[in-house]
Amino acid sequence: MTRQFYHRDAEASELRELKTKIINAFALQPLSPLCLCGKKMYSIRNPKSIPLNYLPMSRHVVITGLGPVSALGIGIDATWQALLDGKSSVNRVARFDPAGFPSQIAGEVADFKVTKFVPKADRKATKVMARDIELAVVGADQAARDAGLITRSTDPEGYKSADFKPTYASRRMGCHIGAGLIAADLEELTQAFVKAVKEDGSFDIHKWGAEGMQNLTPLWLLKYLPNMLACHVTILHGTQGPSNTITCSEASSELSIGESLRVIQRNAADACLSGGADSKLNPLGFLRQIMTGRTNTSDNDSPATAVRPFASDAAGSAAAEGGAIVILEELETFKARGGEKAYAEIVGFSASQTVNRQVGHTKADPTGSGITNAVRAALAEAQISADEIDMILPFGLGAADSDQSEVAGLKAVFGDRLAEIPLVSPKAFAGNAGAGSGAIDVCIAAKALSEQLIPPRINCDKPLQGINAATSPATPAKLNYVLTYSTSFGGQNAALILKKFD
Amino acid sequence: MTKRVVITGIGWVTPMGADIESVWAGLLAGKSAIGPTTHFDASTFPTKFCGQVADSYTHNDHVTHKHLHEGVGANTSFALGAASQAWKSAGLDQFAELDPTRLGIYLGSGEGSLDFENYAASALAGWDEDARGIDAVKWAAKAQQCMSAICEIEQEPNMPLTHLALEFNAQGPAYNCLTACAASTQAIGEATEILRRGQADVMISGGAHTMIHPLGVTGFNRLTALSTRNDSPSTASRPFSADRDGFVMGEGSGMLILETLEHAQKRGATILAEITGYGSSADAFRVTDMHPEGMGAYAAMKQALDQANVTTADIDYISAHGTSTKENDSTESMAIGSLFAEHAKTTPVSSIKSMLGHLIAAAGSVEAIVCVLALRDQTVPPTINYGKPDPECTLDYIPNESRKLPVDICLSNSFGFGGQNDTLVIRKFQ
Repeated sequence: MTRQFYHRDAEASELRELKTKIINAFALQPLSPLCLCGKKMYSIRNPKSIPLNYLPMSRHVVITGLGPVSALGIGIDATWQALLDGKSSVNRVARFDPAGFPSQIAGEVADFKVTKFVPKADRKATKVMARDIELAVVGADQAARDAGLITRSTDPEGYKSADFKPTYASRRMGCHIGAGLIAADLEELTQAFVKAVKEDGSFDIHKWGAEGMQNLTPLWLLKYLPNMLACHVTILHGTQGPSNTITCSEASSELSIGESLRVIQRNAADACLSGGADSKLNPLGFLRQIMTGRTNTSDNDSPATAVRPFASDAAGSAAAEGGAIVILEELETFKARGGEKAYAEIVGFSASQTVNRQVGHTKADPTGSGITNAVRAALAEAQISADEIDMILPFGLGAADSDQSEVAGLKAVFGDRLAEIPLVSPKAFAGNAGAGSGAIDVCIAAKALSEQLIPPRINCDKPLQGINAATSPATPAKLNYVLTYSTSFGGQNAALILKKFD
Repeated sequence: MTKRVVITGIGWVTPMGADIESVWAGLLAGKSAIGPTTHFDASTFPTKFCGQVADSYTHNDHVTHKHLHEGVGANTSFALGAASQAWKSAGLDQFAELDPTRLGIYLGSGEGSLDFENYAASALAGWDEDARGIDAVKWAAKAQQCMSAICEIEQEPNMPLTHLALEFNAQGPAYNCLTACAASTQAIGEATEILRRGQADVMISGGAHTMIHPLGVTGFNRLTALSTRNDSPSTASRPFSADRDGFVMGEGSGMLILETLEHAQKRGATILAEITGYGSSADAFRVTDMHPEGMGAYAAMKQALDQANVTTADIDYISAHGTSTKENDSTESMAIGSLFAEHAKTTPVSSIKSMLGHLIAAAGSVEAIVCVLALRDQTVPPTINYGKPDPECTLDYIPNESRKLPVDICLSNSFGFGGQNDTLVIRKFQ
């Protein structure tokens, strides 16, 4: 009953007002995300009885625009259609000849020209964009347009006029974009290296310092700073609110979305561009993925069926590039700008760290305890029980020990009901886009909620025991709450709970 | 009401040393830690000097679980040393009741140093002169032969965080942010927010970074951001002076233990200071330049002051970003000038980058610790090498000699390439 009572849906407008009065009477800061953690009930009719830090969240955050960019396509429509087609987009690497690598498959984004996604006036800036930055810029463009936001970038003509009015004042819009370890373009660097070699052809650091480095463009370094994803996006869309770059490998983009959530909840912004992007489709980034021991090296001849999350024959993931930016908005400001239909509401978030000193940090923790902790805390914040989760988009890497760790972690939360909750793993379709992958999952989770459809599942003919992950076509379903989480190589975890918007 | 957040432990690894008191004494004495670059052969580079952590430094002198940290990179090594000091100074090594799921970490650590020698060798082996491009097959053959998995994996920017989690069994919220030179200030600000919300009892926060490697120096030399005063390294970092010619690279780590006030009091911890304000903004101006009027810097400082519920008149000391580049120092001075208005000339400002160099992502955390020590000792460190005044920098920069004065509230600025601005307000605990 308590839960219902605090539920936004059940919350009559007079209660909303009353709550505002309480907040004012107690001189609370425009509420930091205080949530009802315990099961104890307090009457809102008697505000003084409510411990201050048990007040419910006052600012609700909804997802209003989706901008995924992955092997599945660019933009939510193309991405969703590719999922419905039920065929993996993992393929043999085309960007470079992979013959010398043990793993030769990847999720590559089809060719695009980044200049098509930025206003004419900003085309010069595209010259200092690494691939990772391009992916973020394209994702942000797609998301802002999907949400119908007027920004400097979506309305470059309007921006020129004196009475230009963006949807959000620049200081009220934040930007949180997760990034990976960006690999410098090998050809660009090597073209300069070859000007600094000794007679035997080996690298000569004296020549490099004296003249070789002059062959690099002066702005070279700026292409590869991780915060340049957010930097370019904030410039293009004119957002001057809080901005951050989370670099926790695969957990980065869901941690970034969590960060945006907190920033909006604590009233430091009303809207955010949020997500992440990463590219492993360069020789060094690709090799680093292989070195983690988690990529598939046995199915190079059958890439479309190579990534098999939660299958008993899972044999590793595929390196990928991609990511997504989503638009988060505070519910009231979204409504005030005439917004009607959001994809979903974010009702719970949590971050945690896996520590297992026996296995160290380079192997999966067999207990999955970090995932358990993150999911439990996100459920507590959402004020729902584990029984109310209707679908899960797990990390679903497709590497046996990682998948088994997830199942153990989920089992501790969901018990036997785990066998009933559909697990949907986008990495089977698009591979592991590192810091970008979690945001792709969030887009798919949000779209599934708005469509009330469980997306198709592939490459899982023989699932691990006790779970619902078998290959299946798209299935209409009543979806109220969807859980999605990421877990990084290194052990950082982020869990998000999305709720159907109505 | 949100929870109050206090600092209960500090530790650092710097070019001047790896313990709090000796480095603090050096800073107050106005010493420089800048010298010739020896980590690699920089003899023909435009910049041949920097601030290096001593070769004798090893995290093994500090950590408890050595076997968990074999093969770590420099950032992680610095982070482990600094965090272990902070952990002990907070008395957490003697506090067994800490719930691991209530212990979080929020770092602003940099990307690891590239394995340059093997990187260059692989690149050259892969070069196809006829096609003027990389032959990926040849590259892969050489790279797999000479590169090591552990070395590549440890370059990921989340590795310092991961190793601290292992060392201290921290299972709560865990983040690494990398917003260039603003990163660790931002990390401390966000860690504070996590504690305010009550989502952890204790947070380890700070940063660790080195870019003293061939490509790091190359990158900044190409940007012409580094001082090239090769004939006089120790006087090269001269923030706010008219003849400054760029920043000087440093390396290291600063780590703080942050705690909710109630948790600190309950366990009887010594409270060093309180964090009362955090502001963060994006310039969204240009990839290469700060906003010329320092609008973003102004916004971050203003937000931090508002959140701390203080005015510019209350600020006793500003730890400036003060990099010693033409652009930063004049823009920062302008932003302080316009925000502080009539109090601008009477509020002392200094930059310890004049002595330690610029620790990049780790700079803000070391400067936050300087604020804590200034509050403790009622003494503020100088800006050394201050000589010819710059007409665009007209504040009180505490030139060349530390100063005793009543310090109750400090403000600490960090600004990053890409227009990232972060400010903290740190005050005496009352």
